[in-house]
Amino acid sequence: MSILTLDSVCKRFGSTEIIRDVSLAIEPGEKHAIIGPNGAGKSTLFHLISGRYNVSSGAIDFKGEAIQNLPPYEIARRGLARSFQVTNIFHRMSVFENIRCALLWSEGYRYSFWRLLGKQTALNARAHDMLEQIGLADKADLPSGELAYAQQRALELGIAVASGAELIMLDEPVAGMSNSEAENAVALIRRITEGKTLIMVEHDMNIVFDIADRISVLVYGEIIATDKPEHIRSNTRVQEAYLGEVPNDA
Amino acid sequence: MNEVFIFATLNGLVTGLLLFMLASGLTLIFSMMGVLNFAHASFYMLGAYIAYTVSGYIGFWGGLLIAPLLVGALGAGVERYGLRRVHSYGHVAELIFTFGLAFLIEELVQFFWGRDTKNYQTPELLDFALFTLFGQEFSAYRGFMIAISLGIFAALYVVLTRSRVGIIIQASISHPHTVANLGHNVPFIFMCVFGAGTALAGVAGVIAGPVLTTFPGMAVVLGSIVYIIVVIGGLGSLPGAFIASLLVGLLQSYAIAADAGMPELLEWLGVSFERSHPLNDLWTLKLPQIAPVLPYLLLILVLIFKPTGLMGNREE
Amino acid sequence: MKKHLLLWAAYALVLVLLPSLFSSVLGISILNQMTIWILFALSYNMMLGQGGMLSFGHAVYFGLGGFMSVHALNLIADEVLVFSITLIPLVGGVFGLLAALFIGSFSTRKAGTVFAMISLGIGELIVASSLIFVDFFGGEAGVSGDRTYGPAFFGIEFLQDSEVYYLGAFWLFVATLLMYLFTQTPAGRMANAVRDNPERAEFIGYSTRRVRFITFCAAGMFAGVAGGLFAINYEFITEENLNALTSGRVLLMAYIGGLGFFIGPIIGAVILTLMNSLLSNYSEMWMLYLGILFLLTVMFLPKGFAGFIMMHRAAWNNGKMGSLVLPYCLTALPAGLFLTAFIGMVELSHADELLHFLSMDLANDSAFSWFVLAMLAAIGAGGVKLARPRLAAAWEHANAAAQEAKS
Repeated sequence: MSILTLDSVCKRFGSTEIIRDVSLAIEPGEKHAIIGPNGAGKSTLFHLISGRYNVSSGAIDFKGEAIQNLPPYEIARRGLARSFQVTNIFHRMSVFENIRCALLWSEGYRYSFWRLLGKQTALNARAHDMLEQIGLADKADLPSGELAYAQQRALELGIAVASGAELIMLDEPVAGMSNSEAENAVALIRRITEGKTLIMVEHDMNIVFDIADRISVLVYGEIIATDKPEHIRSNTRVQEAYLGEVPNDA
Repeated sequence: MNEVFIFATLNGLVTGLLLFMLASGLTLIFSMMGVLNFAHASFYMLGAYIAYTVSGYIGFWGGLLIAPLLVGALGAGVERYGLRRVHSYGHVAELIFTFGLAFLIEELVQFFWGRDTKNYQTPELLDFALFTLFGQEFSAYRGFMIAISLGIFAALYVVLTRSRVGIIIQASISHPHTVANLGHNVPFIFMCVFGAGTALAGVAGVIAGPVLTTFPGMAVVLGSIVYIIVVIGGLGSLPGAFIASLLVGLLQSYAIAADAGMPELLEWLGVSFERSHPLNDLWTLKLPQIAPVLPYLLLILVLIFKPTGLMGNREE
Repeated sequence: MKKHLLLWAAYALVLVLLPSLFSSVLGISILNQMTIWILFALSYNMMLGQGGMLSFGHAVYFGLGGFMSVHALNLIADEVLVFSITLIPLVGGVFGLLAALFIGSFSTRKAGTVFAMISLGIGELIVASSLIFVDFFGGEAGVSGDRTYGPAFFGIEFLQDSEVYYLGAFWLFVATLLMYLFTQTPAGRMANAVRDNPERAEFIGYSTRRVRFITFCAAGMFAGVAGGLFAINYEFITEENLNALTSGRVLLMAYIGGLGFFIGPIIGAVILTLMNSLLSNYSEMWMLYLGILFLLTVMFLPKGFAGFIMMHRAAWNNGKMGSLVLPYCLTALPAGLFLTAFIGMVELSHADELLHFLSMDLANDSAFSWFVLAMLAAIGAGGVKLARPRLAAAWEHANAAAQEAKS
């Protein structure tokens, strides 16, 4: 059974239709990439799935439960985590606090105001563990706003995956990184999404074809193809969308 | 009944238009700079005081001309040397800065002019009854207030929609960076808008001073109501501010004029309470008593049911 | 952990010893005001500094707590209620909490300008109602009570102000501890997260509205406790204690002290209470000075006095504090001169003929007096200008060295 299904999802802003009739099924454990030209609606699609926007019509099911139009926190609690294209961290808090906060709900702390965080050994150990994984252990006490760009992107990723969500959505995780930084980031993504379902938006095709099991191509709010990487490469409609008009003989 | 209603409407109109003169400047400043200028009513007070002093030398009309210019220059100075610096610390700091400024201006006014009420008079030229209705006089000065407020809106509207400056201002509201990239000096535009907005408040002060009395508390009296109006109307929306100003002006005016309240309501419901009932104050409440509260009630209701205000579309 | 315990022990010790150091009637009276305002300012910081909610109506919870406490005092006097008045702050806290539960249920949906405006509206609404519901609020005269009734607390009947001080200090200590511990809990930490980035907080499973609501209620409760202390100390309360002036004052305290730091509001409350009670004796202009101080703080010390102290951490860590002492003194001396001359001019303009200032007799109609002050001010300003580059260089040096040590 699919872990996430989108059924004829539409999103309109005023009279402009940004997402048109998108249907998609993601299998558990799958690494799925969404590609498409700028302005195709990839980020909007992410916002719809993660609850930042409400859908105009259509249904989104996560683990067999309808999640369309639920607030983001309800969706996050069900085990769907995401990162953002523009770094979106808690900039005045320390790196360690960022990760620990991301862990709180999944570790069952809810809104409790009677438990002292300093005494939660297991929680703190998990947060430190996560910091080791994303390579920020030595920056634990630094305010996250003072990190270098690539480090902030790593933290962005860490916040998304810390909760141990089953489905992780990454929005352009390596955008703006140098080659070596991107390489590290890809290795990191592989490591921390192992055994989990991943949906990612990415422009770098090498990375997409490297990581993804399946690829969906979004053009003008429509999915024009969903297939294995090798088939996507040879798909004429995809080439058309990316290379402009395919020379027309007629 | 009819005469009460007509006079309440006229008075509501005068108040509403006066409020809009403040609210329009506040809205302009907010939409451009994202700052709710808490000291806006303080500039209104400064307008009244400066005009009072100036009119002592060269008469009311000289004051009407000079005071707004001075207030506008002061406002521009505050933007240039105060607000611009605080801008980099974020919106909360800006809001707090203008809050402190309001506090400081009130103290300065007391420092320079003292704590007592000033005898600021309407000009003799307008000291006659414009018309008499049902035996009640409507003074020419109030007519003048309506005329001048309407004149200013017309001018403002034309400038904003028809002139080059207006187009640049409108563009800076929505896309400050693009406008800067086109080579316009956005900080300079900000300073001018702040100066113009405060000058408008100054005008309001000059013409309101003689009717609403010129005293150190006049900013506080009107201030919070003006902030509430721009929020009710929708932050950044001029039409919203206009509707909300008239709404609040009329609402208060009707409530003051209405001779009704809880006793009438209870009588109509057929309920009665002993005088010694612990909530006696509530059961004897009359509408004029709650007139000052109505704008705040309206605000809370609007914010709960439509947080963006009546005509607003932006959240912050 | 040990370091923390030591700090708390020191805090308790200071609270206990203060009355012996300032044992005059005025001293005790100021200390009593401080306990109230520190507690109130800490609760405000919970809201704005920790939770990111700018409130222009925090006095509502302080005042309502205070009014209920005075009514409770009266019920104790009438023997309707029988408990020791040492528990009155709890009454204030409960009613502060109840008010916050109700108001927070609809006002915490948004932070930012919308929240600020709702808080302003509610504040004005309550003040206006206080003049309508005279039975409860006592109109403009307010309500008064008497703290000497009820069962005595181990023989103490609170006839003396110093006894009241220890009661206030006890509650202040307990409340400070609880407020600090709150910052260390999941709810307290998430309040910071929501302040920093409400959007992201929603995506890690938290409803920003619920997080704000919890902080809001806690802050309202502690404000109510402060109101209870006010009731015990002054034995009366008026509409003024819940109006915008009081709300503004606590905002000033928290901001001048430093919002981002737990200790900030304590510093702010101490400074402002001192200014309020000492300066107001010497000068009618003290509110003017306060306004100027506030604006200067917002412009030049956005993180308040606590932030200013914290700015020196890098220099301190590197043992470079010593190199800053002399430049600081060289700047502070002329600055002080300028300030003195400025105050002199302000006071002179409002003096009745003669002003005794700095052991000079100045007359406000003598050009010479004005000239002397203006010269002093000019010398001071010039001195600051001369000393500034040196201070900037020393500062650069101390911090650059610190950064080297870090890398």
